[in-house]
Amino acid sequence: MAVLLDRNSRLIVQGLTGREGTFHAKAAAAYGTKVVGGVTPGKGSTTHEGWPIFNTVHDAVRETGADASVIFVPPPFAADAIMEATDAGLALVVCITEGIPTIDMLKVMTFMDGKPTRLIGPNCPGIITAGQAKAGIIPGHICKEGRIGIVSKSGTLTYEAIHQLSKQGMGQTTCIGIGGDPLIGTTFIDALRLFKEDAETDAVIMIGEIGGTAEQEAAAYIAKEFKKPVVGFIAGQTAPPGRRMGHAGAIIAGGQGTAAEKMDALTKAGVHVVKSPADMGAKMRDALGR
Amino acid sequence: MKIHEYQAKSVLARFGVTVPRGEVAFTSQEAGEIARRLGGNIAVVKAQIHAGGRGKGGGVKIAKSADEAEQLAKQMLGMTLVTHQTGPEGRKVGRVLIEEGLQIDRELYLSIVIDRASASPVIIASASGGMDIEEVAAKEPEKILREEIDPGTGVIPFQARKLAFGMGLASGPANKLVKILDSIYKAFIETDASMIEINPLILTKGGDLLALDAKVSFDDNALYRHPDLRDLRDLGEEDPLEVEASKFSLNYIRLDGNIGCMVNGAGLAMATMDIIKLAGGEPANFLDVGGGANAEQIKNAFRILMADANVKAVLINIFGGILRCDVLAQGVIAAVNDLGVRVPIVIRMEGTNVEEGKRLLRESGLNFSTADSMGEAADTVVSLARGK
Repeated sequence: MAVLLDRNSRLIVQGLTGREGTFHAKAAAAYGTKVVGGVTPGKGSTTHEGWPIFNTVHDAVRETGADASVIFVPPPFAADAIMEATDAGLALVVCITEGIPTIDMLKVMTFMDGKPTRLIGPNCPGIITAGQAKAGIIPGHICKEGRIGIVSKSGTLTYEAIHQLSKQGMGQTTCIGIGGDPLIGTTFIDALRLFKEDAETDAVIMIGEIGGTAEQEAAAYIAKEFKKPVVGFIAGQTAPPGRRMGHAGAIIAGGQGTAAEKMDALTKAGVHVVKSPADMGAKMRDALGR
Repeated sequence: MKIHEYQAKSVLARFGVTVPRGEVAFTSQEAGEIARRLGGNIAVVKAQIHAGGRGKGGGVKIAKSADEAEQLAKQMLGMTLVTHQTGPEGRKVGRVLIEEGLQIDRELYLSIVIDRASASPVIIASASGGMDIEEVAAKEPEKILREEIDPGTGVIPFQARKLAFGMGLASGPANKLVKILDSIYKAFIETDASMIEINPLILTKGGDLLALDAKVSFDDNALYRHPDLRDLRDLGEEDPLEVEASKFSLNYIRLDGNIGCMVNGAGLAMATMDIIKLAGGEPANFLDVGGGANAEQIKNAFRILMADANVKAVLINIFGGILRCDVLAQGVIAAVNDLGVRVPIVIRMEGTNVEEGKRLLRESGLNFSTADSMGEAADTVVSLARGK
């Protein structure tokens, strides 16, 4: 089962002919993903590494029956790419690009409002369904099939969580990196809703960080509707206020968005919050009573 | 990117916001000349640093003559101004803004930021201007007014009127506020600002609305399309090591501990700081070397880490997904050899080719400790930093 992406998904890569696009298209295909083609404006009707390249996403969808896209295009063109994929009616669009201006994302969010396309990211590692398919840059070989879902604002912390779960003998269903930008498509709550309905996911690791209030909103949702065990970690407990910690969204502004307030909200919602990032896997084992 | 008050006012004025007459001065002579040009009985001398709370720290003074303005500028230029936002080390004042004095009737608050939850710009207004807005929000939340702006329409006049009358303005000034809100919204969108704050926006005895103070910061990701705004950057306001790091696309933030950190990924870098603190140590920095760090990048990162004399030990925490651990190990060994790094280094790496990477480190003959988990790495580096 898993969520959003599986072995039947038909994936195109926007920016496939670029260095990153090529590298990760190959890695996705090697993992078992059905990569059906790529889009690079101006290179239509050519092939690259055996894949057909199209000028537009519309052409790619018509010719390949794609239902998902992963975007590796530079920041000035990424918002355009997301909107094009949305307009072409893809069910899932995953944007890896880091550094998209917020005002561009504002346009994207307005454009996507009311349309059926789900966006993951931007500025994220993407999504992987263990043993089936991946769209993005999460290394496939560290994942193992199992019954834990992961939703995270951070890439390498997601890998860390996967690694710790594997060490504890637990595999994953789907791991979703939602990204660390102020404006993102899929939120913690969206991902939790999907995991709630997924019969194969028994529990979830949720990794947040300083900035904004998405974790507090997720806590309110968990308290009300999410009954599966959740292990939580918030990065940036020692981050100084007013400084942007790498991610565009990771900033304590006006005294708001601290790790302490997020950890407190999650704890009150019944989440098993760990202070140390080294304890995520062990805490999950405890939470499941294994 | 942050800019100075006088720069913020000039940006806002371009979009039609009324600001007091004034000019920036880099020397006291210039300050005197500006005050003489402005005329009037009163001039205000304002220290220009990228931090709030200047008034309380002695960075805003009233002069009753141009000579006094020159005198005050002389005292202010070169002084170290300490406010609640600068930290105890303070900031050196390199420029002052000389402005006309105004007869203030009321002080209001206005700002615009992106609201993440609703994914829209939001205007925040309050009749309690001139105060710390966080304090107002905590003590009198009913005095904080909010309007979410639909990017498709911009500020609709009724929204501006709601805010104006909500702050108790009479209809004359209310109409002026409608125009100001339209201007700051346009400025926000067109300059790719991440925040515009006018505190206070003053109502003069004559019924005019002016931005008496202004803070504007821009979205770093959008600066590529605003070369004119990029030129407003004042490197003197930034930590020299952070400026150096930014030249190599390294995400580095200097902190005041003694354990240097080198990590890939922003989340893992924050988590590494957290676990050092949990182990009883203090991180010297945040450093994200990025996902595709190569040997050159690792060397640059080491150079910047070691330039901080407080650093007594270094923790390298890399989760190699795409980056192979053996390549990382080679990069670290080369950097340590080339730069003659002497402090103890703890390396925790995980991922592709990790065993080969560890073997290279062990056999290098250099002062490395390796750790198998983040927890172990943190404990080791903390005790090494203590000289044990």
